[in-house]
Amino acid sequence: MLVTSLYNYWVVIGLMMIGLYMVVAQGNLIKKIIGLNIFQTSVFIFYISVGKVDGGAAPILSEGEAVYSNPLPHVLILTAIVVGIATTSLALALIIRIKRAYGSVEEREIQAEEAQC
Amino acid sequence: MDLLLDVALLSLLLVTAVAIAWTRDLFSAAMLAGIYGLLSASFFVTMGAVDVAFTEAAVGAGISPLLILATLALCGRRQKPDRSRALLALGLVCTVGALLVAATLDMPAFGDPDAPAQTHVAPRYLQESMAEIGIPNVVTSVLASYRAYDTFGEVVVIFTAGLGVLSLLLGLADTRRSAPSLQAVPRQHLVFRVIAKILIPPILVYALYVQFHGEYGPGGGFQAGVIFAVGFILYALVFGLDAVRRVAGHGLVQFLAALGVLVYGTVGVLGMATGRNFLDYSALGSDPVTGQHIGIIVIELGVGITVAAVMMLVFYLFSEQLQERGDGGGQLTSGRAG
Repeated sequence: MLVTSLYNYWVVIGLMMIGLYMVVAQGNLIKKIIGLNIFQTSVFIFYISVGKVDGGAAPILSEGEAVYSNPLPHVLILTAIVVGIATTSLALALIIRIKRAYGSVEEREIQAEEAQC
Repeated sequence: MDLLLDVALLSLLLVTAVAIAWTRDLFSAAMLAGIYGLLSASFFVTMGAVDVAFTEAAVGAGISPLLILATLALCGRRQKPDRSRALLALGLVCTVGALLVAATLDMPAFGDPDAPAQTHVAPRYLQESMAEIGIPNVVTSVLASYRAYDTFGEVVVIFTAGLGVLSLLLGLADTRRSAPSLQAVPRQHLVFRVIAKILIPPILVYALYVQFHGEYGPGGGFQAGVIFAVGFILYALVFGLDAVRRVAGHGLVQFLAALGVLVYGTVGVLGMATGRNFLDYSALGSDPVTGQHIGIIVIELGVGITVAAVMMLVFYLFSEQLQERGDGGGQLTSGRAG
């Protein structure tokens, strides 16, 4: 029973760790951003899983439904997704500027270039 | 059955995430990121979070991979091997992961109706919102009325991110104005052009439906804004950036991005002018519930305008970068074609 009741959270942790690994270990800046997105989505999945109630319907009130999922996490995550894409686009714009300035998006090459100056 | 679906979707998500981390080809990573977005949207549907699923499908499976692809067209799709920190990262990830798993053992069981998250403020929203706000979609009433102040903050964040991208990328591509930016798909790709022409009007109509039906069904300004922008982006991808800029130019899009925030803020100040708090719409109509209706419709419109305009602005700026590299636009379009 423990496995089925906590499975969602463990998958969230797995996804979160894959994202964290990508951010720390991968040298390519674009890959880091994709990793950050995976991390972010894992947090979304966590919130939505916490808001789920057994047998609950989508939180749109209608006749004949008594149990609904928790609407509050839905609100937080809905806005977080759109804010997330806005910040991702800012990060990608920064990467384009870095590419212009250093001619590379690999962390090691950028550091090597910095060391020369 | 629900449990099986849940397990299957989450396992697929894990596999996709591992594949993204594994591949060295950033083009496939971007495509897999799109699949990842679609899978998480499906997962949100099974959790009853239809509004969230909607947003994630439009953002995670649509716009996000597109922006990554545009960046790849400029920065190259091959990732160079760099194993210097792999061991350190693996150690860190295993430690943090183990600590988090240990922490989950104290979590309430999944779907438990008596979990703390379910027993404090949520029942109030579910029971009182029909009488106080008078609209069936509780997510919309929380988003646009109870927590409208938060949502205002988020709209400002989106606007600010748009400004940030604008200040980072505008003027950078001005060196060779004559080169065409994001070129149209060549004439021989007839299927593309015809399908796009058929698809764009329903996309725009659907976006308007999502915008104005968000109080009664899943939807609202955030989703509608993204879907609306997708219609224009599809047009730009198939018929070229110049074609879409004739319809909605840079100036117009920048103006609209600011206008949405202004509309939202004005409704808030109107609340104060009628003697209530900032963003309290009760006095905007003949009775409080009508006032709430009017307020929600107007601020959702503000959200929709800002989100759509910022998404289009970001897309314009990214694809204008491609014009400096003659064949860049072709790369992006053929990327979408492949």
